[in-house]
Amino acid sequence: MIKEDNKQFPKPSEDEFTEEPAADTGKEGFHIRFLIAGIIFGIVFTKAEVISWFRIQEMFRLQSFHMYGVIGSAVVVGMISIWLIKKFHIKTISGERIEIQPKKFNKGQIFGGLIFGLGWALTGACPGPLFAQIGTGATVIVITLLSAIAGTWVYGRFRGELPH
Amino acid sequence: MLEFIKQPWPWYVAGPIIGLIVPALLLLGNKPFGISSSLRHICAACIPSGIPFFRYNWKKERWNLLFVLGIFFGGMIAAYFLTDPGPVKIAPQLATDLAKQGITDYHNLVPADLFNWHSLLTARGAILMIAGGFLVGFGTRYAGGCTSGHAIMGLSNLQWPSLVATICFMIGGFLAANVLLPWILSL
Repeated sequence: MIKEDNKQFPKPSEDEFTEEPAADTGKEGFHIRFLIAGIIFGIVFTKAEVISWFRIQEMFRLQSFHMYGVIGSAVVVGMISIWLIKKFHIKTISGERIEIQPKKFNKGQIFGGLIFGLGWALTGACPGPLFAQIGTGATVIVITLLSAIAGTWVYGRFRGELPH
Repeated sequence: MLEFIKQPWPWYVAGPIIGLIVPALLLLGNKPFGISSSLRHICAACIPSGIPFFRYNWKKERWNLLFVLGIFFGGMIAAYFLTDPGPVKIAPQLATDLAKQGITDYHNLVPADLFNWHSLLTARGAILMIAGGFLVGFGTRYAGGCTSGHAIMGLSNLQWPSLVATICFMIGGFLAANVLLPWILSL
C-alpha cells in the first residue's frame, strides 16, 4: 500500500532530501555551532528590522530603500563568498569539499513564489522572521507559525495534484 | 559602542552580515542557507502521516531546527537587551497611509494594533495571521525555498530558477501590500 503511494507521488528531481542513513552527526557538539549561528542571525534580523511588518510594507509600497539595501548587499556578499569558495576550493572546517546543489526549475517557483509573496506582505514575515518575532515577545505569532507549518503539510499532502 | 548597537542597524551594516551567513554555513558543515525547510522538518518529525514528502531522515537535518531555534533566541536577546525602548521609525508616507486605517501604535516591530490574541478571532486578524501564515508555509514549500533559500542563497549561487522565484515573491508581495491589504485592513 505504501509502495503504491510512492508511485503516485514520484519524487520530483528538485527534492533535496533523500532517505539515506544519517551520517555520524548524532553528537550534540556537532550541532551547537548552528545554534550559535542562528542566534547571531536572529540578532541581526531583529536589529536590522527585517522582521518588522512596517519594513515589509515600506518595501512593497516603494516607500523606503532599506529592505532592498539589506537583501541586495546580502546577495552581493553571498555571491563574492561563493565565488571565492569555488575559485580557491575552500573546504569546510572538517575538511570536506563544499558542494552546493543547483536549483532545478519547475512551475512551483512561479505559483509557489506568488503565493508566498502574498503571505509575506500580509504577515510581514518570511519563515525566518517568524521565529525571531516570537522571540521579541509577539507571542501570537506562534499561531502564524503553526499555520505556516499547516500550509507546508497541506502542500506535502497534495503536491502530487499540483502543477510542477 | 552599545549606544550604536541599540539603534536600528542601517542596511549597509546588516545586509553584509546576513550575506556572510552563506559562507558561514557552508564552512561550518556544508549546509545551504535556507530557513523554510525547517517547517518541512517539523512536519516530518511531528506529523508525517505516511505522506511520502515527509518520509525522509529529518534527523539528518537537525542542524536546521537548531538554527531556527537560535533565530528565536536571537530575536529575544535583541529585543530585551539590545534595543532602546521607543517607537519604530517608519516612512512618513506609510504612517499617513496606516493612520487612515487606525494603525497608530509603532512601539513594536510587529504592530500590536493588528497582531494580538484578541484580534485573532476577527476577520482582519484571522486573514493576516492564520491565512497569511498558511500562504507563507504553503508557498515557500511549493516554490522550494523562501527569501533565504532563493533570494539570498540561490541568487548568490547564480541560480536562475531562484531569480524566477524571487521575482514572483515580489509580484505577490506588491499585489498583497497595495491591493489586498488596504481592503483587509478596512474590515
